Amino acid sequence: MQHRARLQHPAAWWLWGLGLATAASRTTNPVLLLLVIGVCVVVVTERRDPATANPLPAFLVIGAVIVAFRVAMTALLGNGIAGQTVLVTLPRVPLPEWAASVRMGGPVTLESLLYAVYDALRLAAILACLGAANALASPRRLLRYLPATLYDVGTAVVVGLTFAPQLLTDARQVRAARTLRGRDGRGVREMARLTVPVLETAFERSLGLAASMESRGYGRVVRSTAATRRTATGLALAGLVGVLAGLYGLLDASAGGVLGLPVLVLGVLLAASSLVVGASRDRRSGHRRDGWAWTESMTVVAGAAPGAVLVVASVLGWDGVVPSQQAQLPEVPLLAVVAVLVAAAPAWFTPRPREMAS
Amino acid sequence: MISFRHVSVQYADAATPSLRDVTLEIPEGELVLVVGPTGSGKSTLLRTINGLVPHFSGGTLTGRVTVDGLSTDEHRPRDLATVVGLVEQNPSSTFVTDVVEDEVAYGMETMGLDSTTIRRRVEETLDLFGLTPLRARSLTTLSGGQQQRVAIAALFAAGPRVLVLDEPTSALDPVAAEEVLASLHRIVHDLGVTVVLAEHRLERVVHHADRVVLVDDGHVSELLDPAEAMRQSQIYPPVVGLSRLAGWSPTPLSIRDARRRAATLRDDLGSREHSQVAALRAIGPQDAVRVSGIRVSRGSRVVLDGVDLSVGRGSVTTLMGRNGAGKSTLLGAIAAQHRLTSGRVTLGASAVNPHTTPPRERVRTVGLVPQQPELLIYADSVAAECAAADADFAAAPGTTSSLLDRISGGVEPTTHPRDLSEGQRLELALSVILAGSPEVLLLDEPTRGLDYGAKKRLGEVLTELAARGTTVLLATHDVELAAEVADRVVILADGEVVTDGPARDVLASSPAFAPQVTKVLLPQTWLTVAEVAAALGRPA
Repeated sequence: MQHRARLQHPAAWWLWGLGLATAASRTTNPVLLLLVIGVCVVVVTERRDPATANPLPAFLVIGAVIVAFRVAMTALLGNGIAGQTVLVTLPRVPLPEWAASVRMGGPVTLESLLYAVYDALRLAAILACLGAANALASPRRLLRYLPATLYDVGTAVVVGLTFAPQLLTDARQVRAARTLRGRDGRGVREMARLTVPVLETAFERSLGLAASMESRGYGRVVRSTAATRRTATGLALAGLVGVLAGLYGLLDASAGGVLGLPVLVLGVLLAASSLVVGASRDRRSGHRRDGWAWTESMTVVAGAAPGAVLVVASVLGWDGVVPSQQAQLPEVPLLAVVAVLVAAAPAWFTPRPREMAS
Repeated sequence: MISFRHVSVQYADAATPSLRDVTLEIPEGELVLVVGPTGSGKSTLLRTINGLVPHFSGGTLTGRVTVDGLSTDEHRPRDLATVVGLVEQNPSSTFVTDVVEDEVAYGMETMGLDSTTIRRRVEETLDLFGLTPLRARSLTTLSGGQQQRVAIAALFAAGPRVLVLDEPTSALDPVAAEEVLASLHRIVHDLGVTVVLAEHRLERVVHHADRVVLVDDGHVSELLDPAEAMRQSQIYPPVVGLSRLAGWSPTPLSIRDARRRAATLRDDLGSREHSQVAALRAIGPQDAVRVSGIRVSRGSRVVLDGVDLSVGRGSVTTLMGRNGAGKSTLLGAIAAQHRLTSGRVTLGASAVNPHTTPPRERVRTVGLVPQQPELLIYADSVAAECAAADADFAAAPGTTSSLLDRISGGVEPTTHPRDLSEGQRLELALSVILAGSPEVLLLDEPTRGLDYGAKKRLGEVLTELAARGTTVLLATHDVELAAEVADRVVILADGEVVTDGPARDVLASSPAFAPQVTKVLLPQTWLTVAEVAAALGRPA
């Protein structure tokens, strides 16, 4: 299939990422989790936005660090999983009476290590999904689709997103400049001296940006009354809270899967109604909003499929979704594997992102 | 189009008003150049046009400013956005979005134009400013000239009748500046937009101007014919200086006009020798700076590759080249601000390697005044800053402030450094660095925002330092400063040295970097007005 090179709608990629993350959150099967990470890598390699830096490797590294940390901590402190297969016995540190529930050192069992790896791997997979969504469509592009009534807030967030990295650059520059005065820029007192020029530069830049935004028409009243704006903003905020709560419910199994979906639907409805109320009055327009074609719908479906299958699987308690921690390869539910693999399909059927012109 | 009626501006804590009783009428479709020294009220004048003064800046404005019939006391800047576009000095700090195309569309989105109109205007604007190949690029990856063109395009796209620009070419290399001015020229001539522009580098803009307004100490002249204005102005480009020397009338503003008049002057000069102005300096052996085969990468990009350079003791060398050619990185590498991937730097007679020397000792050998001199300044008053510098460099108390007195024309010690003019801030930073009495002095783009007076003082200071044995290496886009002070010019392109030779040969033979006097008098290679005056035996 040949498409004109274009960037897919960012919402499609983020919904895809959330679907895959939901799937990852419902299983501790290492085969499935590694598959999820693999799918993320494949799709990002094929379809990432070439105009921005690729954040996925950073997310993968964080995931790896989490796994390593969990394993090390489990080996040292144990995690309450009593296993038969003792791999190695560390010298035990005697602790006082009142700390009896904590142990340091002692036997390290394969079962407890496996439990730690599986659990940490789940978090790593969820992070990989987030990293993939970030790489496929930067959050800045997503912000452009905030409801019209939240437009000004959205612009402020975009500005904020550039502020933090800029602050880091400033700090580095000021520190380098300190060495020009014969100081090495290390130590607490030096750090304290750095803050003043860094903050001063940041404030000056903010003022400059504010002046520029003011003279470019930011915050013009575009034919709306205060009352409708307030209603719409209220609805939109309530909707966003609903969406977030619903997503939390979906991702966190202990919160009750049934609670997640209704709240999510309610949130989406509220947000949509705010769009309608706001947009009917707000004439502010957008330039080249990405279209929503069948590839976008299919991408969302491809992400939702593993999510749906694994939610069902965990509710029905299929074998291998939450494998036992034994020194054997866990059972792999075939349907779940197929569902996760479906999520890789967007790497082929979606349009290629436009090349970065040089 | 724009009318000022008895306008005065007084900022809250200022002793004197910034503008006094300005009455001015700017007609439609003119390119008006605002000329005046730093601190004369140019920026204030520009910001009153769209109401940023006083709505955003504070202060009191009396009188009345109207733009296209809209008065700024009833309309806020955001409401005037459809009428006036203001391009700030530093475009990168004013970008709201992160991609070229979105930035161009931003203003129209806030105005609520419908999306087909936005789409059409975006395409037209990108073509008009030659930005089509860059449309999907991230703004941070653009060069200075490209950023400036995007900033102008973004404002122009929103369809204002008036564009106001504050020093649009100060930070640009000569070629990029030409591109920006060509874009402006096109929108004035073809589309009837009124442009008001302030610029210190008159040599770049004065021949594009239809009218000139002189600003001095808050007093604003009426609209003057450019040639007439240059005849009476305190501030003038070298070509005007040459015209005054030769007594041409009317004053030529472009190189072309001046060349037509220059035949007799060339004949007159042809028989005379170059005076000894530039050759006075005794240059020591080539060991003050030795750079051999250095390679520097920043991020994944190789910025300098295999650069060799050696600089003679007590000489002044200028580094020139496009924005992004690696000039700042080379200075940074010499001052050990950037790590070397390979290669070696040694400084001074005792061959100090700055990369292995701790900062405290390094400052005795090499001092760098960075592009933003305010990075060197921390204290809340000039006096405190000088005292801190004495302590930092273990110099005798009072060293820095006496250096500052000598370099600048006197700065009030209680002033907050942020309230100083660009020129004074540079002088303060230079005094701080000189307190360490380094053998090698590096300056990165020191003339940004300096008026002719401050620049002349800087030139004198550098010449004096070199005469006393300090080696000076400066990176600059300012060909006129290079012509004034340099013994030698090194041109960098794409991280490599492409030309290296005596200033007179390099400057005279380069189409982009030739100073105005040279362009007028070619094939003779005179660099400055002072040189010509000396040869003619007349005061400049």
